[in-house]
Amino acid sequence: MTPVVALPLCGVAALLGVAILAVAVSRHGSATRLVYGATLAISALVFVIVTGALADDRAGASAITLPLGLPWIGAHFRLDSLSLFFLVVVNLSGALASLYGLGYGRHETAPHRVLPFFPAFLAGMNLVVLADDAFTFLLSWEFMSLASWALVMAHHREQDNTRAGYIYLVMASFGTLALLLAFGLLAGPDGTYAFDAMRAAEPSRFIAAAVLVLMLLGAGSKAGLVPLHVWLPLAHPAAPSHVSALMSGVMTKVAIYGFIRVVFDLLGEPAWWSGVVVLFLGGLTAVLGILYALMEKDLKRLLAYSTIENIGVIFASLGLALAFKANAMPSAAALALTASLFHVLNHSFFKSLLFFGAGAVLTATGERNMEKLGGLIHRMPLTSFVFLVGCVSISALPPFNGFASEWLAFQAILQSPDLQQWGLKVMVPAVGGLLALSAALAAACFVKAFGITFLGRARSAVVESAHEVDRWSLAAMFVLAVLCLLAGILPGFIIDGLSPVTLSLIGDRMPVQAVQPWLSIVPIAESRSSYNGLLVFVFIAISASLAALVIHRFASHALRRGPAWGCGFAEAVPTAQYTAVSFAQPIRRVFGTFAFRARENVEMPPPGAIGPARLNVEIHDVIWETFYQPIAGAIDFTTERLNHLQFLTIRRYLTLVFLYLVTLLLVLALWP
Amino acid sequence: MNGLTFDIAHLLAGGLVLVSFMMLYQDRLFALINVFALHAVVLALSVAWQAYVQDAHHLYVTAAIALVFKAIVIPVGLHRIIQRLGIHRDIETAVGIGPTMLAGIGLVTLSMVLMLRVTPEADPLAREDLAFALSIILLGLLVMVTRRNAVSQVVGFMSLENGLVLAATGAKGMPLVVEISVAFSILIAFIVIGVFLFRIRERFDSVDVGALDDYRGERR
Repeated sequence: MTPVVALPLCGVAALLGVAILAVAVSRHGSATRLVYGATLAISALVFVIVTGALADDRAGASAITLPLGLPWIGAHFRLDSLSLFFLVVVNLSGALASLYGLGYGRHETAPHRVLPFFPAFLAGMNLVVLADDAFTFLLSWEFMSLASWALVMAHHREQDNTRAGYIYLVMASFGTLALLLAFGLLAGPDGTYAFDAMRAAEPSRFIAAAVLVLMLLGAGSKAGLVPLHVWLPLAHPAAPSHVSALMSGVMTKVAIYGFIRVVFDLLGEPAWWSGVVVLFLGGLTAVLGILYALMEKDLKRLLAYSTIENIGVIFASLGLALAFKANAMPSAAALALTASLFHVLNHSFFKSLLFFGAGAVLTATGERNMEKLGGLIHRMPLTSFVFLVGCVSISALPPFNGFASEWLAFQAILQSPDLQQWGLKVMVPAVGGLLALSAALAAACFVKAFGITFLGRARSAVVESAHEVDRWSLAAMFVLAVLCLLAGILPGFIIDGLSPVTLSLIGDRMPVQAVQPWLSIVPIAESRSSYNGLLVFVFIAISASLAALVIHRFASHALRRGPAWGCGFAEAVPTAQYTAVSFAQPIRRVFGTFAFRARENVEMPPPGAIGPARLNVEIHDVIWETFYQPIAGAIDFTTERLNHLQFLTIRRYLTLVFLYLVTLLLVLALWP
Repeated sequence: MNGLTFDIAHLLAGGLVLVSFMMLYQDRLFALINVFALHAVVLALSVAWQAYVQDAHHLYVTAAIALVFKAIVIPVGLHRIIQRLGIHRDIETAVGIGPTMLAGIGLVTLSMVLMLRVTPEADPLAREDLAFALSIILLGLLVMVTRRNAVSQVVGFMSLENGLVLAATGAKGMPLVVEISVAFSILIAFIVIGVFLFRIRERFDSVDVGALDDYRGERR
């Protein structure tokens, strides 16, 4: 079965070739079309191949060792069902981002900073998923991080982008360090870096716990687990929009792949408490992520914060799967793992779609601040429509795909009474509550995002001159919108497609969905629960058409124009509209005091003055202030103290080296 | 290994340590260089004795190299440098002689304790040899640390290299290539540092490395 793994590797080689070619031609006029066309073709081809392989149940794992990398190890690559699934996610999004880039890239002011790194970034993500030894994995991981960092820094002269790149680089290095230590522990004293050997080894309980914590730090910092998420809302929006889509929709998923690969595959049987830890972090991440998103005015940053929420949902499902696996409940574990993988796929769809939409708005208006947008539905009807589809999907409303996967996650949560440990019995429903809260808040957040950006009246002049984006971008967005709908009304096929993954990682699968009548999905048994997306869709379509028909047929045809009620405002200017901040105010009042230490104070002018009264809102990023500022302060303090070491005399330096040597020898002499 | 050969090897290596101690309290440059020449002579004797004991003829070459270059060529060269620079009257220890000697004794103790602990199974001759070699290396470093003058730092560095040669010859079966490369590295270091000294002199009118620090605007 070697050809199966060889084909994606050829794709990677081709992408790297395109990257090198792009360096040569990037200043040329047609370079944009050439590069994105090539990446589109390669990604689409790899996507078709891996989808075929995943659908073909008989395709087992296939491995190949190339004489690259460390001489005594070589580079191991392996393709099993898990990596096949993630290759599908990476390459589908990669192909659509390239399609979008064909149009969006034409507005790029500095194409030579984007074009070479875009194919390299895609190649890096593919390589991480294919890697089968620790060295190749870390190398590809770092390659992916650096390529995406270069893309974040593409517009390095813009305000705050340099800071975003710096924080991203620091966090990425920290994450890689954690991964390095985790693989070091897994490799053991013999230094067996191949994943096969790690899989065969039985790590002790202490080592397994340490590896889990290190993976949560390493993969979690790349995926955006709270409190390691700080770089994500800075870096993702700083990149060009199609790259933001890839970073948010796909790179975070590659991090989740790393987590699943190590924790579910290499680490062996999990301990029950590992489920508690992952569940807790997932629930916390989901709620805090969406609360941050609600407070945000910048459209792309809002989307980045919402990514954090979805990562929380995925991690919570993974925690459930760990808990069920530790309790020898394979069917429930398969359900939870399927839910998380399905959500991985769905999130890559709608988050790419929403970032593409935000990019379209950015192209048309040059504005990311929602308070300056509004009324775009008149100027950009098609973009508004697909953006609405994305908002509905991400808010988990049926019949779209977000609902299907979150429904599966809740079905898994309902299995929790069968768990044995009280810690889990208490934790799982609590996390269920957190997930429900975050789903509701997500709906509110995207009502705000769509309503403030596209509805109402234009809040600034740039909106007046906006017009619809080009066909390439629209095509990419429409494909994604259709995918969101298809995954929502036909989830059974995807669940069946995921069964090889759960079979290999857990040893069980969800019931076969293809045999269910009318394309229903049944997570456990028909008697307990079932969902039919197609039925919901048909019902919504028919009832909505009927309602429209009735209204247009039987309602009065007489057109009447009358004065609108001005809500008590004397002047109906656009600035008097509901704003993003005012929309979020009730939620800020409820959650803001503990989550953001939010404070509102009203400045009243003194009696007799004619100045306006002002309402000032003060919001703190509590996590930044509690975790990161003390660390940064400590580093500053230490470097300040160590600074004069740079200006010693030659003799002092010699003395330092000498004393150090003597200390080492002393330690050696006194060591028991 | 009979008692006499062991005793003689022990005597020579111990003599080398003793000469290293002598270097510590020389506060005139000429005296320091003379002691260094003596150091190299003792090293040559020690290596020659090892050659005789191990019946390894190539070690005679090493001994000859040590005698010719380290005991004659380099000390003579350094004498001339000092005369040309006119610094033969300088007194230049940075740390007092008493503390330096005490530190030296401490270092020798440290290397003995360390070496006897980590090499219990080794051949006794090689074991003693390594312990002495480590003491010489540490004493050479101590010379470098306690001096201000670049010339005496060069001398400290070269006595350190002598310790390395002693260690290399103490182990049986070390090929000649190593010694030649060590000798040449010292020669090259000497040439480079010699050139470096003149450059410092041209720039700052002094070979006191403190001048470099003054140039950088630092205070000692």
